[in-house]
Amino acid sequence: MDKTTLPTPVANADSRPYWEAARERRLVIRKCNACGELHFMPRHLCPVCWSDRLEWVDAKGTGSVHSFTVIRRASDPAFAPLVPYAVALIDLDEGPRMMANILGANALAVKIGDRVQVTFEDRGDGAMLPQFNTVAA
Amino acid sequence: MKTPTSLKNKIAIVGVGESDIGKVPHMTGLGLNAQAAKRALDDSGLKVSDIDGVLTAYSFTEPYFMLGSVLCEYLGVKPRFNASVISGGASPAVMLKHAAEAIVSGQAETILVCAGENRATGLTREAALSALLAVGHPYFEQPYGGSIPGYYAMIAQRHMHVYGTTREQMAQVAVNTRAHALMHPSAHMKKPLALQEVLDAKPIADPLGMLDCCLISDAGGAFIVTSAERARDLKAKPVYLQGIGEYHTHEHLMCAPSLTEFGATESGRTAYEMAGLGPQDIDVAQLYDCFTIVPIIELEELGFCQRGEGGAFFSEGHARIGGKLPVNTHGGMLSHAHAGAAGGLFGIVEAVRQLRGGLGERQVQGAEVALVHNEGGILSSHCTLILANDKG
Ligand SMILES: [Zn+2]
Repeated sequence: MDKTTLPTPVANADSRPYWEAARERRLVIRKCNACGELHFMPRHLCPVCWSDRLEWVDAKGTGSVHSFTVIRRASDPAFAPLVPYAVALIDLDEGPRMMANILGANALAVKIGDRVQVTFEDRGDGAMLPQFNTVAA
Repeated sequence: MKTPTSLKNKIAIVGVGESDIGKVPHMTGLGLNAQAAKRALDDSGLKVSDIDGVLTAYSFTEPYFMLGSVLCEYLGVKPRFNASVISGGASPAVMLKHAAEAIVSGQAETILVCAGENRATGLTREAALSALLAVGHPYFEQPYGGSIPGYYAMIAQRHMHVYGTTREQMAQVAVNTRAHALMHPSAHMKKPLALQEVLDAKPIADPLGMLDCCLISDAGGAFIVTSAERARDLKAKPVYLQGIGEYHTHEHLMCAPSLTEFGATESGRTAYEMAGLGPQDIDVAQLYDCFTIVPIIELEELGFCQRGEGGAFFSEGHARIGGKLPVNTHGGMLSHAHAGAAGGLFGIVEAVRQLRGGLGERQVQGAEVALVHNEGGILSSHCTLILANDKG
């Protein structure tokens, strides 16, 4: 279905490079150049050591499912036509954890530990949302 | 780290009250707070002029910017200590901690703590949705169509994966609390509930169904806190604070350090240490139960059983009145009432009532020490308190 009626990513001073990268179908994460920690979500300081010497690095876009749910009743009416759909917490291979939908024909068969690969979903006007598909291990 | 001043035996809860509960369309949210406050004051035998501090939480149905002063204005109270505390469901226990600290440091002598809202009848569908949606991160969670039940469902899914907790064990939590609600004169849900009904209920977010989720009620709750000395000559039997602790690990689920280990272990440790007590000393527990997986995790975190044994604790009947550790003897948020911060506050009200005794068939025999746990967010903010009917 057309996903452009769903919420559009909102870029702010913390996250603009993240969403700009997504428009180029790249998943980027924050890296601290003081302690080496990689983190999600984007913020002004490293949440471990409070250094502000941060850079953006490209993630490989691969990871595994830490947990998931299949939403049978959506809270936001915009998502009602999609029900049932899978929401998951993804452990990126670089370490940080993020939330996304599992897409694809077998999305509802998702299990904890499944390997996933990033994909990008068009939310209108070229805005892209990082999403994931399950892939063979 | 500096050890905080112990609050043990310094303050007592001397009055508790609940508003009318369920669907109360003829009352406003502030009215429900006022009714609960009046009942708590009457219960204590104090006069309104004795109240020199007021704490409240937040309201989705009456979202005033300065709810603390709005409530004082509504009640006609001019306190020297006032705040609105917003730690989600953890707010009532956190407010008790602030009240205790204020009394011990002389900021106030007698503090009214109240919370509640008319969430069943006072919200338009749009307002309810926007308020509840705001729990997910606006930029990195909400665009994925999650929901509050969905976030707790991911926690449940992980617990099932790691520990083998079952759907039936979670359903048993709902069955237990309903059995207790049937013994409470004003619980919202009064229809007996069978395990199969919970399993067959409309699915919301796998593995949680409709009856794994808390109620939406109109309700307000209140309690009155004063110094242990002042409490001695009042009408009601005082219930003393023995220990209290809080701990906060995250706000949004994607940033939770773990999906199986939360802050209740730390908040509980602080409370136990202050009280000089352990899980084996607790006679009755009122645990936050917005979803059936939550009290299972809290039992484990608070040391009442090993990790992974919380589900069996419920399915083997240990959490029933008459069991090893009766849990949520009023029916919890699953069956007694849930209305914003009032949900967890009713756990404090029920603990006080159990410790005073005389509840008939609902009474936990010989209850002398009670534990209450409140959590807010997605198991984000935690506060544990231990109450006793004697200074021990
Ligand atoms: Zn760092």
